[in-house]
This record gives sequence, structure tokens and C-alpha cells, in this order.
Amino acid sequence: MTENKPGMNQDGSRQGWKSLPAGDIMEAGSADKFNTGDWRSDRPVFNAANCIQCLKCWVVCPDASVLVKDGKIVGFDYDHCKGCGICDFECPTKPEKRAITMEPERK
Amino acid sequence: MPSFAAKTGNEAMAEAMRQINPDVVAAYPITPATEIVMIFSQFVADGLVNTEFVPVESEHSAMSACVGASSTGARVMTGTSSQGLALMYEILPIAAALRLPIIMCVVNRALSGPINIHCDHSDTMGGRDFGWIQMFSENAQEAYDNTLQAVKIAEKINLPAMATTDGFIIIHCMEKIEMLDTQDIQSFLGERKAQNSLLDLEKPVSFGGLDLQDYYFEHRKQMADAMDRAGDVILEVGKEFGKKFGREYGYFEEYQMADAEHVIVALGSTCGTTKAVVDDLRSKGEKVGLLKLRVFRPFPAKEIVTALSKAKSIAVLDRSDGLSTQGGQLYTEVCAALFENDKKIPVIDYIYGLGGRDISIDEIKSIYADLKKGNKNKINYLGVRE
Repeated sequence: MTENKPGMNQDGSRQGWKSLPAGDIMEAGSADKFNTGDWRSDRPVFNAANCIQCLKCWVVCPDASVLVKDGKIVGFDYDHCKGCGICDFECPTKPEKRAITMEPERK
Repeated sequence: MPSFAAKTGNEAMAEAMRQINPDVVAAYPITPATEIVMIFSQFVADGLVNTEFVPVESEHSAMSACVGASSTGARVMTGTSSQGLALMYEILPIAAALRLPIIMCVVNRALSGPINIHCDHSDTMGGRDFGWIQMFSENAQEAYDNTLQAVKIAEKINLPAMATTDGFIIIHCMEKIEMLDTQDIQSFLGERKAQNSLLDLEKPVSFGGLDLQDYYFEHRKQMADAMDRAGDVILEVGKEFGKKFGREYGYFEEYQMADAEHVIVALGSTCGTTKAVVDDLRSKGEKVGLLKLRVFRPFPAKEIVTALSKAKSIAVLDRSDGLSTQGGQLYTEVCAALFENDKKIPVIDYIYGLGGRDISIDEIKSIYADLKKGNKNKINYLGVRE
């Protein structure tokens, strides 16, 4: 373990009540350092060939989990995506040519 | 310079809020606490304070707005009573867990139902386990002084605090109180120095993160530790208040306790009536005393036991009934404190005054008489019709 995550000691063990910051108040953006999407039941799957690059999914994603490179959607950050499906709901592509489809994690 | 004024309890608390001049007040009216924020909102309208007043749509929203405002590092106050406090219950432990020193003026009123607007302590007793400091007041002067001290105590320990008064009995009766100089209050309180602020762009922070099996327990232990340390802070602030303004405060007031054999333990305005009874019985040579508890949270168990250790019998007066079949909340905690400290003194409980029912001098005399001759009934409902 090299990175010192919030709430954890250098050796990777969890901090106790005497050393944890009071009130569970932490540096902003610390979720970036944790896998917060491990309880998803459905995952969005990106079909690049069908994407019209409108970026609507990037706008509406509540967890900033739509990955964009050089102004184009390239996929999803599955460490943080909770599988809410808003991206799929808002995606304007036609039913027969979906850019985003939701698929169950447990197949 | 301090000055004397005729004020009701509600007016006294509103004046204290004016002199504190909090950054934000979010409140919703409810009988009989309405006046506190009504008078205060007039202060806002008149430009006597710099407070941002948020007139919300419910007490749930009031406490939520207080949490948001306090998270920015602001000094935040509110006031409520009974059902209003009950509607805040969901947010009260959140305020404590986020370690936000919100100050609330609570007017004690019976919880519905049946619906009732008069005094008992069931509302704050219902909120006793939420991590809020709770201080009771005997009269308007104490309501004023407790409100002022609550700010300093809460901000020193980073826990929210309630200063409470008895509905109608204190808050609608006019008394002579000594009001302090606003400048003196300001220098006594100083500025709130929050460790974190949601508006601090240099050091951005997250409030209210999900806290599961691996961390929640540690954060609750931190709260228990803070409540434990709050006791010393309350004493320290009470001493400093006494030094500066002449009225020192502790966990409780011991009234004729030095050689008292039969003792009443009580909260709030009833202590005033009990003092009159103690004076009367003392003039007849009876060794009676009163332990007037001011601080209910944190519960100063050890100190209470020390104060009661010479008593031959004790009556606890509970203006609330937990309906637990084990007596009122104050009774069970006093009993637990005595048991834990190996004191075997007979203690009996008198649940009284529910829904604002008056407690008379004769009734309090009858309690002392019971203590003298012994009362086999552990839990008594004083003055209830059979």
C-alpha cells in the first residue's frame, strides 16, 4: 500500500476513534480513492459504434462516472458507477442501435 | 453595563439571541415557543442584528437549514417546542454527529397525544439520546444565562446544545432579570472558529459521508468521548460566566443540602416552588434539601451521587414519563448513578405535572412527608385522579 487513504493508516489498517477526523468530515473528493461502485446490480455497457457523442450521459451522470477523452465518450468508470441507469434513460439513440445498454451484473 | 428589565422567559431568550447576534437563525413557529423567533425576527427586521433569518416550512427544515448553515462555520441558532422538536428528531443526531455547535432554545411542552400545549419535559426527554447537551432553567434569568453559555459550551466541544425552559410557567411569566451588556457578551463568546467549512475553497471538505460497519462505531465513540469531556467545559464556562457576570453555574444547585436528610431532585421551574417549601420546613427544624439539576446531558452521575451521599431518602420529581414501567427518565438515571457508585439510599419517583398540571406547595410538602415516614410505592403519579 503506497497511498494513504482517508481514514487509513500508512500500513493499510483502519484508523481508530482517537485519530480519525471528528464527525466523519473529510477532504473533498476522497471517494476517488475508494471503490464505491461495488454494490451495483446493473451495469451500463457502452457500445461505441452506436454513440452519437451528444455527451448527455456525461452531463446527467450523478457520480461523474462517464469517461471522456479528447471530448469523446470512451466508457464508464466501474469503480464509481452505481448502476442507476440515468445515462441509459437519457441516451437518445434508437432502440435498435443503443449506445448504452444496462446489463445485469449477475448473469 | 448590566441593566435590569422585566422580561418573560421567551423575551429573555429572544434578547439573549439578539445579543449573541448569530449568523443564521432558521425556525418555524410553534406554541409556546413562537414568541422567541417572532420577537427575534422583529430584531432582524429592525436591523438590530446581522442575522440571516430563514423562515422555513417546518421544524424538520429548520434543523436541516441549521445543519447546512453550521457546516459553513456560521454561528447558528433556532428555537422550538414539543411536536416541533419531535419533527426535528431525524436531524438532531445528524447535527451532533457532524459535530455542529447549533444552539437551540427549547420551550418544554408536553408531547402529543393527547394534544396539549402546556409544560412537561417529555419533548426534550424524547431527544435526550441524540448527542445534544441539555441544560434546564428554573426561571427567566437562567433561561437567559443558559442560552448565552450554551453558545460557548457548544462551540468549545463541538456538540449542539439545548437551553430549555418550562412552557408557559417560565416563558409567559414576567420576571425581573439582569441583562448583560452586549459588548461584554460578545467578548465573552468571541468568534466561532470552525475547523472545517463547506464554503472554504482553500480546503474543500465533505460533510456527511457514508459511514458503514468499518467506521460508524468509531465516530459514535468520538461523540461519546466529546459528551464525556463536555462536563468539564460546562463547569469551566459556568465559572468564567460567574467571574465575569457574577452568577456562577455548575451541574446543579445544592439548596440547603449540607445537612439535608430528605432530598428532592428536580428539574426546571418546580425547583423554585420546592425552595419555598424547603425554606418553610427548615423554619420548622426539618432537615430537607433540594438538588436542582441544571445539566441533564451530559448526565453528571458521579457529582450527583456525591451531592446525595449524605441523604437518608431521596425523591426524584419527573415532569415526564417514559412509559417504560420503570419511572421517569430522571429517576432511572439517578437510580443507576447511585447503584453504580454503591450508594444504597431509598429513592422514590414522583411523576408530576404532565401536560402542565400545576404542582402545589402542599403536594411538595406531602413528598417530604412521604420521605420522612417512608413510601413503599417506588413510582408515584402525583396528583393524578384515580
